[in-house]
Amino acid sequence: MPHIPLPEGIPGIRSLALQYPESGKYLYELVQILLRHESPLSEAERELIAAYVSYLNECEFCCKSHAAASRYLFADASGTVDLALHDYRSAPISDKLKSLLSIAGKVQADARTVTEEDVALARSFGAVDRDIHDTVLIAATFCMFNRYVDGLATLTPEDSQVYAEMGERMATKGYVVPEQK
Amino acid sequence: MAYIPLDESIPGIRSLLAYFPAIEPAMKGLMQTMMRQDRGLNKGERELIAAWVSHHNHCTACENIHGAVASHLLGWDEADYARMIKEKAGASPRLEALLALARQVTCNGKKVTPEQIAKAKALGCTDQEIHDTILIASMFCMFNRYIDGLGLTSRDTPESLKTRAQHLAEYGYGT
Repeated sequence: MPHIPLPEGIPGIRSLALQYPESGKYLYELVQILLRHESPLSEAERELIAAYVSYLNECEFCCKSHAAASRYLFADASGTVDLALHDYRSAPISDKLKSLLSIAGKVQADARTVTEEDVALARSFGAVDRDIHDTVLIAATFCMFNRYVDGLATLTPEDSQVYAEMGERMATKGYVVPEQK
Repeated sequence: MAYIPLDESIPGIRSLLAYFPAIEPAMKGLMQTMMRQDRGLNKGERELIAAWVSHHNHCTACENIHGAVASHLLGWDEADYARMIKEKAGASPRLEALLALARQVTCNGKKVTPEQIAKAKALGCTDQEIHDTILIASMFCMFNRYIDGLGLTSRDTPESLKTRAQHLAEYGYGT
């Protein structure tokens, strides 16, 4: 049960954006820009970073929904997502993405532990400034969303089909602020 | 030195917003909405939660500025602020219950317990205040990481902090 009254049957961040639309509007705008605006990282890769950080924060709702969006966007290579969440170091992803996921993990745990060497390693695999920037910002932003969603104990659906549909909607329509029906 | 080329003559998060202007409207809108209203929590209490979370995340740059804005708004001197941050001295039971929620959120949202929520409600905290506390705490878990993860260091001096804090306390984050 959520810690405060929220619209019934609506999961995660959607319930919060419906109940508190003033902040919800900006939160949706932020995630839409981070995950869909132009970036050297593909949408699938950015969704994977979001899912990975949510996995580390043990935020089931955010992890499952963003993993589903990432699977949809990786299309034929959708199996990559679960391999990367299980152990990104041995997953069939580029060295660049591995080094960025390592930075994302450090941002999640304690951002002060990111070092110049971590950044230099990512650059040696071809990462540019925006790759570094977007990785850190996505990781930081999901440390916010995960806490907001879990800190108020919002509804987490258990049915995996619900997440598959959510992932497809997120992948095809992006982040559109929910409206009261 | 930051890990990406920023105009570090611009203080704090603003150098990042200048680097990536696409997020500026959303970030400023979120800050204005959550930090610049007195419905339920007043502006000073909101800034105190920001400083409290930044303190526990060891993000000196964020703690310094938001601690200074909170102190300005709440009429505290440095010693008052230090006592509050270290011992919650001077906090009402209501504010203490909200700071306890923010502290849990800093670790992980799952750490907030129904008992803590019940305690805050018994002390008169409204749903809106509980919501705002948890969202502000979550927001600063983001800002602290954005700053520290990109290796930003504060160039503030005690004087520049005071001037900036006074400006933010009076005019907010929209400008």
